[in-house]
Amino acid sequence: MTEATPEQSTDTSDPIAYLQSKFGDVVSEDTRDGYSGIVVDPRQLVDVAQTIRDDLGFDLLSSASYVDYLEEGFFEMVYHVYDTRVGGSGLNFKTRTDREEPALPSLVGVWPSADFQEREAWDLMGIPFIGHPNLKRILTWEGFEGHPMRRDWQEPFYEEDAKPFGTRWPGGQVIRGEMTNPYGMNVQYPEGFTLDGWSPEGDDAIYAGLSTPETASGVDIQQIRTDQLVVNMGPQHPSTHGVFRMTVTIDGETVTKLEPVMGYLHRNHEKIGERNTWLMNMPYTDRLDYLASMSNNFAYAISVEQMLGQEVTERAELIRILMAELTRFVSHGWFIGFFLNDLGAFLTPSVYTITERDLILDLFEAVSGSRMMCNYFRFGGVAYDLPEYIGGPAVKPGDKARRLDTYKFLDDLINERMPRVLQELRDYLIDNEILVARCVGVSTISSQDAIAYGVTGPVLRATGIPYDLRRMDPYSLYEEFDFDIPVRYNGDLYDRFVVRVEEMYQSIRICQQVLPRLKETEGQNYWAGKRAYTVRVPKGEHYGHAENPKGELGFYLVSDGGANPYRYHIRSPSFINLTALEEMCKGYKVADVVAILGSLDIVLGEVDR
Amino acid sequence: MAEDQFTGLNNPDYPIPDELKQNVAITTLDRLYNWSRARSVWPMMFGLACCAIEMIVTAAARYDQSRFGMEVFRPSPRQCDLMIVSGTVTKKMVPQIVRLYNQMPEPRYVLAMGACASGGGPFKEGYNVVDGIDKFVPVDVYVPGCPPTPQALIFGFMTLHEKIEKQSVTTVPWYRRGANEPVPVPVLGPDLIDVRHAPLLRAEAQQAAEQAQLADDSLAYDEPSSLEEASAD
Amino acid sequence: MYGFGILKGLGVTLRHLVNSYVDDIKWGVSRYETTEAFEARQGPNARGVVTIQYPEEKMAVPERFRFIPFLVINDADHPEAPGDDWCTSCGICAKVCPPQCIWIERTNDPETGRPVPQPKNFYIDIDICMNCGYCAEFCPFDAIKMDHDYELASYDRTTRHVFDKDVLSKPVSYWQEIAPTRAEEERLGREAKEAAKGKKKKRKK
Repeated sequence: MTEATPEQSTDTSDPIAYLQSKFGDVVSEDTRDGYSGIVVDPRQLVDVAQTIRDDLGFDLLSSASYVDYLEEGFFEMVYHVYDTRVGGSGLNFKTRTDREEPALPSLVGVWPSADFQEREAWDLMGIPFIGHPNLKRILTWEGFEGHPMRRDWQEPFYEEDAKPFGTRWPGGQVIRGEMTNPYGMNVQYPEGFTLDGWSPEGDDAIYAGLSTPETASGVDIQQIRTDQLVVNMGPQHPSTHGVFRMTVTIDGETVTKLEPVMGYLHRNHEKIGERNTWLMNMPYTDRLDYLASMSNNFAYAISVEQMLGQEVTERAELIRILMAELTRFVSHGWFIGFFLNDLGAFLTPSVYTITERDLILDLFEAVSGSRMMCNYFRFGGVAYDLPEYIGGPAVKPGDKARRLDTYKFLDDLINERMPRVLQELRDYLIDNEILVARCVGVSTISSQDAIAYGVTGPVLRATGIPYDLRRMDPYSLYEEFDFDIPVRYNGDLYDRFVVRVEEMYQSIRICQQVLPRLKETEGQNYWAGKRAYTVRVPKGEHYGHAENPKGELGFYLVSDGGANPYRYHIRSPSFINLTALEEMCKGYKVADVVAILGSLDIVLGEVDR
Repeated sequence: MAEDQFTGLNNPDYPIPDELKQNVAITTLDRLYNWSRARSVWPMMFGLACCAIEMIVTAAARYDQSRFGMEVFRPSPRQCDLMIVSGTVTKKMVPQIVRLYNQMPEPRYVLAMGACASGGGPFKEGYNVVDGIDKFVPVDVYVPGCPPTPQALIFGFMTLHEKIEKQSVTTVPWYRRGANEPVPVPVLGPDLIDVRHAPLLRAEAQQAAEQAQLADDSLAYDEPSSLEEASAD
Repeated sequence: MYGFGILKGLGVTLRHLVNSYVDDIKWGVSRYETTEAFEARQGPNARGVVTIQYPEEKMAVPERFRFIPFLVINDADHPEAPGDDWCTSCGICAKVCPPQCIWIERTNDPETGRPVPQPKNFYIDIDICMNCGYCAEFCPFDAIKMDHDYELASYDRTTRHVFDKDVLSKPVSYWQEIAPTRAEEERLGREAKEAAKGKKKKRKK
């Protein structure tokens, strides 16, 4: 499955030829070295997009990335679209706009999932999208000076364009950034900026357009006139899974409008990623979805390997799959705990799942060196082979040593403990009448809507679409393993919950198949290729993606042939799944909002990046 | 750390007959005050990033924070003694953090958990990251690590306990008049604005204006001379 | 039957409650004393209470554990060069460090002005370090390693969080203690390398 072949007519088998016959010169093939896909004239972008969606059948707009080609003098928007029925490698099309006076038509009307991604492109790159319904800054705040992802924009602690910095060696003297900044802090102001006569934008922009009275759509409130009320949730709220904020307009108890406000954990992964070398980005990917660092490593490693054409040894692939599936188990386990927490069960389910997580994290710690931030994958393999034993020697006073044989530990964990615990969690929760009453029929979303909003992962599979990249665009050795893609059909909270529980079963199944093969390949090479710290990636672009516990994690990478990525864009599942949040919450009670947000299972490190 | 000094309420300075040791404790008011405070530090239910996960794990079964009387995570800052700044502090978030800190009643403590909260961490160079929460609120204990393991965090708690045990009821600031001055909440402008920097901002703007003026002057001075030269020719 | 699901769930919590006592009875007092009991309590077959009584008992960290890096130096009782740095200030760690938290000052020979393979000073800002372990992984001389000491909480970061060479330097015996298997592997690797070098030299002669 390398080529998307929608079964509509023979014409559409070659998307470029089909589009060219229909639109003529508007569409051209991207002929730059190392690039692929279609370049579309921005004036007809919407029409072409419509054709791509309707005629060619690419219904899922997965990623909309933006690149600043400083020397060539244009911004480029790159859209990656997929067909959820057949999967495959999809299609990418691009459009360009002048750097000096950028403007592009919005694609929100074609794929609503473009909503947040276009806002992000406006915020960080400064490309205005004509026709976007709500073009506000999304990750920074209204009033922020400049568009930071432009290549010529410099942050306050700017040192050099690319790492490694020259001041570190050989004449290295510690210079902390704040020592050279006049304000002693990580800030910079436009020249001549003063507080006199200046007033902050405040939260007005966030609340703008929310408080206009509007009758609740489709909700009978028995003709009682009630005022609409704007309720602010977060960023410091016990149920928002971090620093997420929502402004909710409610009519009585019913949600009529909801707007996610994010950026409270915007850590500039992409800007830092462009300064970093290819390898340096690996530990940074750990901190994207910090509950699933191994999976993030996996996605980034395969993306770069596909650019390099790097082979991976069998043992490395097996270790990778084992780690990724254990991570899926951990991540979904965490979801179960904290989803129940959101539903009011407080900490008991979380404590049960965290106990299991701790055991798996012991393995990760022994294997990679860190519980959470594993930084374990390298281009061509993994950093270390499996250790002889789990645990460590007693060194400090009070240290208790452990020496558990690795394979026995894995045996016990995968074949015995994980299935038992999962069965227990199932008994504990799945028939629970309170859970069923809170979840069934709440926040239902149709599969068409889910695809339109770009939702991926378990939330999409809960609506009946078996779209899982491990099967739809297979990577690593997943084709060799026997597992099912759990699907439910109602798209409500309960289905999202059940799909995740079933996926945990499938993860165990995969692990059970991996383990004997790991024993067979004991002693084989776990890292193909050179163990060099500088990696030079051939010139070109690539979009690599993998199925993370939260959904499709993609990396859009552009290389100019140097040691650093020219562009490092992250398509994070949590961020794009949030596009559907308003649709999911409308018409439900304000108390359900917490549960609905919990059911999306977002991680803020990935949402805000 | 001396075990008896840390856990024992009994002040070793006062000799107690052996037969009464189980029943009587002689202590100072300070010790009693600090002993009770150090054993019921209620943290705020407040997580920022990756470190928050390790903080939750510390509260869960394996590391069980309730052994230290700390299991009561309060969602309201009004009921908290300790703010664990667990994760990267961004410019967009820092006004809220300062506001939360201001809402906490005295005595209050701040623990900067992880490299990010202490000094920006690996994201320090980012344009939206505050290089250390101590630029805004006073921090009592720094716990390095990225992220600190639960055991490292508990060690941080114990370091905080030590600090609490050393305070004296006669000198602590929160019983004095006029204590609890709120920290000015920073404002989001073209960049994060610490209100305390207003004079500096003004001075910088003035300097910039003067420089612009100088540049203008030199231009204005140059132009007629060249014109004159041109006309003289 | 309505309510059966809740009862089933309550049964699970009840089982957890009972399990927490079963283990206590099985192991008796030794549950908190012996290493075997600890292994069983923190292993994949553990049931019941899993709490680690930190600080009285600490979970020993694995050999690959990564925290702040440290510099390996010779032991104080080294026959030839006690306390000498292994670091040659080649700068690879500073180059691979993702957040760029390592600063190395190279020593220059005062007479010739040529660089000497020894760092004059070596700084790590632990407020920036992300514990990724690249410095240790790519060091060609095994001279920088990831420390296992995580008990570093302090009251002040301005003075205590920039580690200089004095703070960072730890003898090789310490590394052998915290990571015996890896230290042994590395020692064998170095010896093999030197042997190969020696052979080459002999051949050249």
